[in-house]
Amino acid sequence: MRRAVLIVGVGTTDHGDDAAGLAVARRVGVLLAEPARRGIRDAVTVVEHTGDAAALMEAWAGAQAVILVDAVVSGAPPGTICRLDLGAVTIPSLRHPSTHAFGIAEAVGLARALGRGPSCAVLYGIEAASCSPGHGMSAPVASAVETAARRVLEEALDLAEAADGQSRVGERGVGPTV
Amino acid sequence: MSERRIAVDALARVEGEGALRVMVQDHRVTDIQLRIYEPPRFFEAFLRGRRYQEAPDLTARICGICPVAYQMSAAHALEKAMGVTPPPGVRELRRLFYCGEWISSHVLHIFLLHLPDFLGHESALGMAADPRLRPWVERALRMKQIGNRLVTLIGGREIHPVNACVGGFYRAPRRADLAAMEPDLAWGLETAVEAVRFAAGLEYPDFEADYEFVSLRHPDEYPLNEGRLVSSAGLDAAVEDFERHVIEEQVAHSNALHARRAETGRSYLVGPTSRVNLNFDRLSPAAQSVAREIGLALPIRNPFRSLLARGLETVHAFEEALALVRAYVPPAPPRAPLPDPPRAGAGAHATEAPRGLLYHRYEVDDRGLVASARIVPPTSQNLKRIEDDLWQFVPGVLDLPHEEATWRCEQLVRCYDPCISCATHFLRLHIARA
Repeated sequence: MRRAVLIVGVGTTDHGDDAAGLAVARRVGVLLAEPARRGIRDAVTVVEHTGDAAALMEAWAGAQAVILVDAVVSGAPPGTICRLDLGAVTIPSLRHPSTHAFGIAEAVGLARALGRGPSCAVLYGIEAASCSPGHGMSAPVASAVETAARRVLEEALDLAEAADGQSRVGERGVGPTV
Repeated sequence: MSERRIAVDALARVEGEGALRVMVQDHRVTDIQLRIYEPPRFFEAFLRGRRYQEAPDLTARICGICPVAYQMSAAHALEKAMGVTPPPGVRELRRLFYCGEWISSHVLHIFLLHLPDFLGHESALGMAADPRLRPWVERALRMKQIGNRLVTLIGGREIHPVNACVGGFYRAPRRADLAAMEPDLAWGLETAVEAVRFAAGLEYPDFEADYEFVSLRHPDEYPLNEGRLVSSAGLDAAVEDFERHVIEEQVAHSNALHARRAETGRSYLVGPTSRVNLNFDRLSPAAQSVAREIGLALPIRNPFRSLLARGLETVHAFEEALALVRAYVPPAPPRAPLPDPPRAGAGAHATEAPRGLLYHRYEVDDRGLVASARIVPPTSQNLKRIEDDLWQFVPGVLDLPHEEATWRCEQLVRCYDPCISCATHFLRLHIARA
């Protein structure tokens, strides 16, 4: 039996590279609609999200595996794609400014503390150059969208095919993949 | 001579990017700067030349926490400019829409951003891990989701909704969809009352300031979309006259403008504390009742106790939402026709965003294009007041260890629920060349 996999693209349009998660989700949706994937597309759901913590936790209720895609700022070159197994990493301290006020890190941390998280959760981060309002994505981030979308889809299909209770999340390692 | 500097480089649990600098010399505060370094936002400028009907959706993009407030102030101001009166039922639906935003925004601030300061936790994560407090985190998430759902049902989506327009709404929600929310709203009302009782038992820092409270006041409703501009110092004016009574000015250390009262030159306070102080008699029955039960003394002059004002408004928003949902009849039509061809006009309006009064003014030309726009958000009105409070507050924490004093200052700033991304403007720039 296949697992229900939820792909959540997080971000805001017209805020520069903050749109990266949404762009990846849209591209995954297109790839998923290709005829070759007809047999498996029912197991994978793709949604776009603003990143509000409470709504995010509600969005992933019922999903057995979640893949979040969001812009990140880690100091890596813009466009770098990183992958984090959210079951294995420490959520960073929340004493930091956030334009989402209470967003994705908080949602993951709270879900973990409240026992409301999916059995496996992965974050694909795309290193942002700038998230200024009124701008489109930067060239390095825009050109990383296709690669990120294909990796996200590949992992989603693997997760959907994995037997119940068998997490394959850890097999891909942690850290930058580009 | 000893010099000490308190620096909060990044204000945590505050919407947007800001920093605080306090300079102390020989145990005396010499300078305080609340620095807003979020990039200036050009909304007033890029509204110019756009069709006036676009303003509600464009301005909603200013803030992800209070987009409904921006849509409401824009729609009302532009209806005045166009001479449009929304059809019956739109007014009530707009109040319900606003209740959803108040619930969502207030619950976020009370439980997930502000309460940790009073409970010895660094964040809501600590509260979630504490078995005594964990149920409150669970309840807060559910309450916030109820607010979000209300905004989604009426606005089309929870963040940056798309259904409000000049003249009303593009589409009225179905009665059955709103009626389905009744049980959740009833639960939310009961839980919000419990939350106020819980918050009344917290220990609040002993600090009071002398404020001029400013808010809207309506003849028979708690202020949301309409009312006159009033203050505790006797101001009573039409909202269209806002700019006669408030001056906005640039300060060197901040990207956000500061506001002060034109008549006195002094700072003033907008937001839940001001609204409750000036409109207690307009709060819903359950909100007034629980306020009396906890022995709330008015006016609230302690900014830390703004948590209680926000709690009472959450009770009010649930109770009013419940009543509006029960009485709801979809407005038909959902919006008034707009002048065709468009006409030139000007209009100004203020509504009450969760953080306080939000003023919009527009001039529209005879092609229906925005010729000028002015937006005064609540946080920029409160910034000077926050600095004034810090001047009074900081001497009382100077003897504390540095990290503790810094943390206390940050807590005071959080009391105002500042939304820094709303507050950043761009100053009109004139370059004189010889």
